[in-house]
Amino acid sequence: MFMRGLKRKCFDGEEDIEGTLAGIKAIPSYNLQRQSLLDMSLVKLQLCHMLVEPNLCRSVLIANTVRQIQEEMTQDGTWQMINTQSTGQAPLDRLVSTDILCRSSRDQAEGKHVPGYGTFNKDFESDQAQDSSETLSAASSVQAPRNLQSNVWEMENPQENKGNFQKSLDQIFETLENKSPNSVEDLFSEVDNSYYDLDTMLTGMMSNTKMGHCDSIETFSSPTNTASNSNCKSDLNELDHIVEILVES
Amino acid sequence: ADIISTVEFDYSGDLLATGDKGGRVVIFQREQESKGRPQSRGEYNVYSTFQSHEPEFDYLKSLEIEEKINKIRWLPRQNAAHFLLSTNDKTIKLWKISERDKRAEGYNLKDEDGRLREPFRVTELRVPVLKPMDLMVEAVPRRIFANAHTYHINSISVNSDHATYLSADDLRINLWHLEITNRSFNIVDIKPANMEELTEVITAAEFHPHQCNVLVYSSSKGTIRLCDMRSSALCDQHSKFFEEPEDPSSRSFFSEIISSISDVKFSHSGRYMMTRDYLSIKVWDLNMENRPVETYQVHEYLRSKLCSLYENDCIFDKFECCWSASDSTIMTGSYNNFFRMFDRSPRRDTTLEASREGNKPRAILKPRKVCTAGKRKKDEISVDSLDFNKKILHTAWHPMENFIAVAATNNLYLFQDKTN
Repeated sequence: MFMRGLKRKCFDGEEDIEGTLAGIKAIPSYNLQRQSLLDMSLVKLQLCHMLVEPNLCRSVLIANTVRQIQEEMTQDGTWQMINTQSTGQAPLDRLVSTDILCRSSRDQAEGKHVPGYGTFNKDFESDQAQDSSETLSAASSVQAPRNLQSNVWEMENPQENKGNFQKSLDQIFETLENKSPNSVEDLFSEVDNSYYDLDTMLTGMMSNTKMGHCDSIETFSSPTNTASNSNCKSDLNELDHIVEILVES
Repeated sequence: ADIISTVEFDYSGDLLATGDKGGRVVIFQREQESKGRPQSRGEYNVYSTFQSHEPEFDYLKSLEIEEKINKIRWLPRQNAAHFLLSTNDKTIKLWKISERDKRAEGYNLKDEDGRLREPFRVTELRVPVLKPMDLMVEAVPRRIFANAHTYHINSISVNSDHATYLSADDLRINLWHLEITNRSFNIVDIKPANMEELTEVITAAEFHPHQCNVLVYSSSKGTIRLCDMRSSALCDQHSKFFEEPEDPSSRSFFSEIISSISDVKFSHSGRYMMTRDYLSIKVWDLNMENRPVETYQVHEYLRSKLCSLYENDCIFDKFECCWSASDSTIMTGSYNNFFRMFDRSPRRDTTLEASREGNKPRAILKPRKVCTAGKRKKDEISVDSLDFNKKILHTAWHPMENFIAVAATNNLYLFQDKTN
């Protein structure tokens, strides 16, 4: 029944059910792959060569890519917002940002001399001090803000503009919105961050309606939830902070 | 530390300089034709080796300054000595390379071993005599141009006036006089007042080969700006702006990164310029700003692999490009030690490999092919078998002959046209 509804809405009846299935599988794949790209980019920005000044061109290009993802997510991030938002969440977001900032300044106050990091740039030390361990674990620093809170993806821009997303996918989202949260979570529960699928997905996404790689949905193993997308906001706040540090150094 | 980071022929083509990651410069000289060994013409042998830059430490920022030589540019010959500019991230040095094949003997004030003679032992004056000695090539730093760049220097270019040169870093371009080291003029500055607004950097810059008032610089957003130094002292306002409109159907998250220009080179004629971005080479007519006149795909088969290439950072590799002596052919490097040559008219392209395997000296290179579709033909390589650690970033073409130098990691390959 679910699929039939989609079939009527998205496709003109020409596509068969398998095509529709592929269409459904494409949606979570795209968002989560985009999230993977965002994570990868944040890691790249943090993991700079600490002894030598980071390559400014590379940093600027990565930061621009992140901004581009951020803009697109802001535009269709409203799709994720279905039943989770209330204005009460907004203050929590601000608390998160403050917390990150406080954390770095507190660590600065505690002293920056971590063994083995002696020659590092002072600005980078405040970043590294955010990690719990002495070794720079970018994964943990990206995870940390996520654990702080749940859904804080604000509905800032309820725009008409859907970005570059294909019309059929937008219609699928609309349908999903009308469903209960449980079914949405079920949909997302079996998706994985598989970087190599990102190749065919992201580079071919605009012109290509065929998402052949989505056949591999069976291989996706680790569960995730809608909250992971909503945590982007905190990632992006952290990103602004990092980019600020980066370019000022 | 032996990874070659720059390759450059001098104006005559008889000298070939390479710089490496360890701050060394090695200069090769072409063997002169001799009746006894007619085959020796075209062989380059080591002429001089010297340490140009040493690693430094910036105490203020607690950062190392790499000694890697980013660029070498020769000066036009004015006397018996050779001059070249070599630069690392922060400092440019002018080196004088001169030959010494005679030695003076019979000094009055010192012995042959250099010790000072006792003054009372000098009973008569004599004129020192020049005696031949084994050829010695010495390199001496004549000028050091330092402390003018906050960001990493990516380009240097000698002006056609032979008196000035430019140095470009990520955000600024400075103009120097070759004789003056304590002062340089800033001619381009794209640093925003608020660094958080930084979205674009300078990636390469070059002076026009004939017009000493014209320079171009490329950016990380795939644009080229031509500046005329006669119009104002600070060339923040460009005279011409070259940008190709983006193809909306091929837009992806990586569009901007792959549009970033890694090299810009004027043609010898001065009428055209060539830009290299990640996947293609574009030839521009200086009189037409809205699109290039020619576009060549270097390795289009990588377009579907951009995410992996982003993950392993290969997407940030900066490939250089060069013109042939007559501007009829252009050349650039790729992965797997492949390099590509494009004949402009008639259009024809070749892929060749710089490797020792299966290639004896003086053997003719076999054209290579990368296959993208499923079925791999004999002698073809599939995209997934390419070695992305073997990248050819630096190539150079002899200024007058069809002779090329290709740097493959820490090896230098020299090839010549088989019709020579």
